[in-house]
Amino acid sequence: MRNFLSDKVTALKPSGIRKFFDIVSEMKDAISLGVGEPDFDTPWHIRDEGIYALERGRTFYTSNAGLKELREEISNYIKRTQGVCYNPDNEILVTVGGSEAIDIGLRAIINPGDEVIIPQPSYVSYEPCAVLAGAKPVIINLKAENEFRLKPDELLNTITDKTKILILPYPNNPTGAIMEREDLEVIAKIIKEKDILVMSDEIYAALTYKDKHVSIVSLDGMKERTILINGFSKAYAMTGWRLGYSCAPKEITAQMTKIHQYAIMCAPTTSQYAAVSALKKGDDDVEEMRQSYNQRRRFLLNAFKEMELECFEPYGAFYVFPCIKEFNMSSEEFATKLLMEEKVAVVPGTAFGACGEGFVRISYAYSLENLKEALSRIERFVHRLRG
Amino acid sequence: MREELLAILEKNSRIDFKELAVLLGVEESAVLAELENLEKEGIICGYHTLINWEKTSIEKVTALIEVKVTPQRGQGFDRIAERIYNYPEVKAVYLISGGYDLLVTLEEKTLKEIANFVSDKLSTLDSVLSTATHFILKKYKDHGTIINKRASDEREVITP
Repeated sequence: MRNFLSDKVTALKPSGIRKFFDIVSEMKDAISLGVGEPDFDTPWHIRDEGIYALERGRTFYTSNAGLKELREEISNYIKRTQGVCYNPDNEILVTVGGSEAIDIGLRAIINPGDEVIIPQPSYVSYEPCAVLAGAKPVIINLKAENEFRLKPDELLNTITDKTKILILPYPNNPTGAIMEREDLEVIAKIIKEKDILVMSDEIYAALTYKDKHVSIVSLDGMKERTILINGFSKAYAMTGWRLGYSCAPKEITAQMTKIHQYAIMCAPTTSQYAAVSALKKGDDDVEEMRQSYNQRRRFLLNAFKEMELECFEPYGAFYVFPCIKEFNMSSEEFATKLLMEEKVAVVPGTAFGACGEGFVRISYAYSLENLKEALSRIERFVHRLRG
Repeated sequence: MREELLAILEKNSRIDFKELAVLLGVEESAVLAELENLEKEGIICGYHTLINWEKTSIEKVTALIEVKVTPQRGQGFDRIAERIYNYPEVKAVYLISGGYDLLVTLEEKTLKEIANFVSDKLSTLDSVLSTATHFILKKYKDHGTIINKRASDEREVITP
């Protein structure tokens, strides 16, 4: 039989996380700090709205772009958080999670040979999505000494005349890094001067622990150059509902909507009704969860300080990214040894790009009790390694 | 910090100062000072423990009693509420809007003791007009805590 498989897909590396997942899932009593989703249940009023939608028989397709009411609420939300107005009729698209928006956003703009700049460590799907869209991914290796923020010279050195778009993944998974207004201003200037676009993945925007998140779209002249990605998974603990959205200039949104329409039709109807309630009445729930995450974040940073494990203070998402270079082993060796000896699962930094070597991602989407037990095991492990 | 401190303590009053300081991102001395203020101002009224007595061998019966009373001149409901809450077996007294006036929570060892309390002590008070007693059969959730909560993490162990 001939080989029927796509060369492009066959050449994609399987996710580095997958390999580790298989080892962890065989260990029954391991404590995992490896999860990239909230530990909270979706707030009840949101679930209730989903149930109510089902009871009323709202089980049909919605319009391709999503429920009008939901697009209007998304528009209000961006307006009240970032002061930027998006027209719900042609600039907002409701997608199956933020991930779909990343995929179709890239596909809508890429021509063969275009370059997509991806700062790493970052979420695992940017690079494969860029490749599948026919682009050439160009990686920027972010540095720990810059707290994993993107610096203007790093961007300038990477831009060529083939560069089409920069992916800006902040607040960042896996590092927890954020970009503040001053950081963004210099980046925005370069983007405008070099006439490129930016895809700003702000799925963790609601979870910051310094000042409120500043989106690059709020900066002068950036709205027309930005594909803003957000969603309900992280802020409202709605990962399983699979609901995200993009806000982008109407020319780009129109192209994205075509792909969405042919590939997906529309995002899940039940989830869309539930999400309306999230945006209308969910602010207090988000704040309550944010406060819990922040307490856990402080707890972890303090624990690292006490065991003298190097870790910069992350101000976003729900991850910390401690440095394990002092132990002279790779991230994967460290994570595997920690799992075997103390039954604690963390994710090797290399799962998020080669420059994650020397770091591990620890998620604090776990109860404090859980974190305490896990951290006391990590402390024991670290002391043993140091001899 | 005050609101966040209260929210933490309401869930876990046994947490120590050191940990509170870490969670709130402030100095220990600031936590101590704030706690002292909260106690002085009567905002923190006690540090209690939520016990699931059903799992012990100690017998307890809890009843909620709706009480209709005649308010007294010049004192409203306060005087009669005080008469009732001074009984040590009374665990809680609330003034309620609606069909009756006071809601009394009573804890005793047996049904009979509750019956005796209602007929001998409560009903005989001058301003008590009538009572209706409801026995608690099972506690599902108390003080915001789900009793017998099944702790299971249904998430995949590792996700990106």
